Amino acid sequence: MKTPTSGVKVGRWPRFALRRAARLLASLWVLVTASFLMIHLVPGDPVRAALGPTAPADLVLAHKEELGLLDPLWQQYATFLGHLLQGDLGVSIASRLPVGEVIAQQLPATAELALLAFLLAVAVAVPVGVVMAVLTRRGRGRRAELAFTGTNVVVSAIPDFLLGVGLVYLLAVQTHVFPVAGRAGPDSYVLPVLALAVGPAAVLSRIVRVEMLAVMEADYVRTARAKRLTPVRVHVVHALPNAVTATLTIGGLALSSLVAGTVLVENVFAWPGLGSSIVSSIVAKDYPLVQGTVLVYGVGVLLINTLVDVALALLDPRSAIGEA
Amino acid sequence: MRALRRPVGLVGVALLALVLFAAAFGPVLWGDRAAAVDTADLLAGPSAEHWIGTDNLGRDLFARVLVAARLSILLALAATAIGMVLGFLLGAAPMLLGRRLGRLITAAVNVLVAFPGLLLVLFFAVVFGVGARGAALAVGLAGAPAFARLCHTLIAGVSERDYVAAARIAGVGRVRMLWRHVLPNIAEPVIVYATMTAGAALLTFAGLSFLGLGVQAPDYDWGKLMQDGLNGIYVHPLAALGPGIAVVLAGLAFNLTGEAFAAGPRRTHVLPPAGPPSPATTPAATTVLSADDLRVTIPGPNGPIHAVRGVSLTVGDGEAVGVVGESGSGKSVTALAVAGLLEPPVRVEAGHLAVAGEDLLAPGASRRLGTALAVVFQDPMTSFNPAHRVGPQLAEVSRFHQGMGRRAAFARAVDRLRAVRIGDPARRARQYPFEFSGGMRQRAMIGMGLMGEPRLIVADEPTTALDVTVQRQVLDLLADVRRDTGAALLLISHDVSVVTDVCDRVLVMYAGRVVEELPAKDLRALARHPYTRALVAAVPDMETDLDRPLAVIPGLPVDPVEAPAGCAFAPRCPLADDHCRAVPPPLLDGVACHKAGEAQ
Repeated sequence: MKTPTSGVKVGRWPRFALRRAARLLASLWVLVTASFLMIHLVPGDPVRAALGPTAPADLVLAHKEELGLLDPLWQQYATFLGHLLQGDLGVSIASRLPVGEVIAQQLPATAELALLAFLLAVAVAVPVGVVMAVLTRRGRGRRAELAFTGTNVVVSAIPDFLLGVGLVYLLAVQTHVFPVAGRAGPDSYVLPVLALAVGPAAVLSRIVRVEMLAVMEADYVRTARAKRLTPVRVHVVHALPNAVTATLTIGGLALSSLVAGTVLVENVFAWPGLGSSIVSSIVAKDYPLVQGTVLVYGVGVLLINTLVDVALALLDPRSAIGEA
Repeated sequence: MRALRRPVGLVGVALLALVLFAAAFGPVLWGDRAAAVDTADLLAGPSAEHWIGTDNLGRDLFARVLVAARLSILLALAATAIGMVLGFLLGAAPMLLGRRLGRLITAAVNVLVAFPGLLLVLFFAVVFGVGARGAALAVGLAGAPAFARLCHTLIAGVSERDYVAAARIAGVGRVRMLWRHVLPNIAEPVIVYATMTAGAALLTFAGLSFLGLGVQAPDYDWGKLMQDGLNGIYVHPLAALGPGIAVVLAGLAFNLTGEAFAAGPRRTHVLPPAGPPSPATTPAATTVLSADDLRVTIPGPNGPIHAVRGVSLTVGDGEAVGVVGESGSGKSVTALAVAGLLEPPVRVEAGHLAVAGEDLLAPGASRRLGTALAVVFQDPMTSFNPAHRVGPQLAEVSRFHQGMGRRAAFARAVDRLRAVRIGDPARRARQYPFEFSGGMRQRAMIGMGLMGEPRLIVADEPTTALDVTVQRQVLDLLADVRRDTGAALLLISHDVSVVTDVCDRVLVMYAGRVVEELPAKDLRALARHPYTRALVAAVPDMETDLDRPLAVIPGLPVDPVEAPAGCAFAPRCPLADDHCRAVPPPLLDGVACHKAGEAQ
């Protein structure tokens, strides 16, 4: 018998890798170009705006020369790309420090926060979603369902920074259980991580539940039940992996918005990360620093998306082929 | 307005009305109070006069929160409007600008959607500068890609429809087509999404102002009030929490309203309490399957569906029994019931229901059925778990029920795949189901049943989803398996010829009841029930006169929600009289018909 799949098998992964790499490169190019153009899109004279109306004209001119703003646009773009390839992100207008150095100093604090919050969100959301799905399948457990969806809607309507403020009030100001702000011992991580994780956990658990509900009606779950496996095995081994695809997709989105969400939460907790610095540098119009920080955030998000796609392809081989 | 009938919708709309009222009249009603400076009462805590205290100029914070509603809501709505218009234009680009340019724009949108909204907001905030107008543009533009993606998907769905194709052929212009034919059909999801986006924009705005990138003093929105309040959270927490609560309530108002309109009506009635139970009976010893007065009730949107209404059947050791009937006759539900695969809220009742010596009505379905009962489902494409390889899915039976190790179970799985004539079984066992053809999957499914020592194989339309040549292979395989293992077979099919080929005995089902039971060899010639005869007549054979229309059964199967009082087939039966319509015929001597055997 002829095997219809032998042609697909050969070159499935290289083709997927090629396609995904092309998409990553295109996105990177958009990101880099956008961050290059950012300073040029600012209406008026960005350097004058950064240095203030009282700065002497020759200082402004010197800064412009240093930033290369006097060269033709294409040349600026080429220089920008060239420097970028060497890892040179320019010099901060305000602090006169290399942007790369400033970012390298602050990035770990932000990355820690985002990663811990993501892990916490997933660790809470998946079991909660699965259990709620099992409890409320086929219109059972109406009360549990109402309580779950109700809490979920309310919790996901509270933005992370507001939650941060609330947590500070309850657990730091009122009861002094955790420090109010700053990054010191392990207990200083609790509130910011919690503030960041609750929203994504609510969204994720809702997705896990909905996906599980759909998957539990699938024919192959009936097949698993026909094998008379234990309910735990049916749900965890046979249903859950099929609910993971959508969960991971949404989880990736949640992780990238979590990365962005650090900006707000860091400002609530005076966390010494990129988020605090991007806001102060936007206000101070320190464009090279903003440019570098936006690039780092963007690259982080793109890497997360790529990782999610690769994980999806590994977990669900059809998705790698399906796109081909 | 069905959304209003749900509690969620009611709460959402009421909240929204409250928020919009504050936005419309807040500055008029409380504007003076919010601006009144009272240097004698700076940074005061909550009191009867100032519910959540005063700010650093002694202004009443509660009034300020109410007044701030207008700016907060207006900015959120403005940003949403910007995002919607731009997003709609981008999403409609493939339709408006032609395929090539449209594809480019779609690709760009796909790249932009990958970036989280807040990052885009920050990017645009840099470009437009700090301030309310810049922030509104930033939030609006940042929301456009996601909205464009939604519009693109919706428009692509609608453009496939016939009426759009018809309009295109009729030469309707692109803009007019979008406006007249597409927009009205995507308006509902778009409005729902926009409502939720407005809620999100409100929160984003609060965040921006909170960061100091949005509204600047002396103007204030909720985010600005929160920013001012955060510094004093030690002494005066309500100053930060008060505007925060306002933000959450307003966000909830938009989200709940959107969700209430997004969720369609979802109502399945709960089953009424069960009627009197069937008298308990005991199965005969020589049967592998015995069901007495089996009744299955399924909750449906228009009341309970009585899918199976008192079916009794037995399958002896090694016997092959077929069940035929039209779609909706209850045959597949019967199969699922005897396989013990129906779950609450579906209700299964019977005098007794025993398979391979196990009582299926007793709580906790027996694990022993995992090896004694094999089930083959209708659609082989969906009955294997796509996330696992085929071999381990088979091996699972042996590992779980027969205590085999991973390797031994896998070896048995390969052996069973070979037994169901799958070529190169060792390689196939390591493949995923999607790498199998439909016929191969169905054979693998039978192989899965053979992992144990099945005494009964329940096959629910095992060949319906396959093409004719493959059907033959699967049926032959089932016959071989029965010969080799001595297993009994319960074959469900709508195909009279399949059942007569394979089975010893046939049950004919109609509207959840068995209407006739007879040896398979007698089906064509000796059937006595008008329905059975009609079914047989509807199958063309070599002698069918092809110049005349093929025989059909007139009318439609009975609506399972409203079971008729008399014979369910009476409305379609050429022999039916008033007695048939009033009194249900009992199954006597193998046929349930008042007119059994009468000539038509």
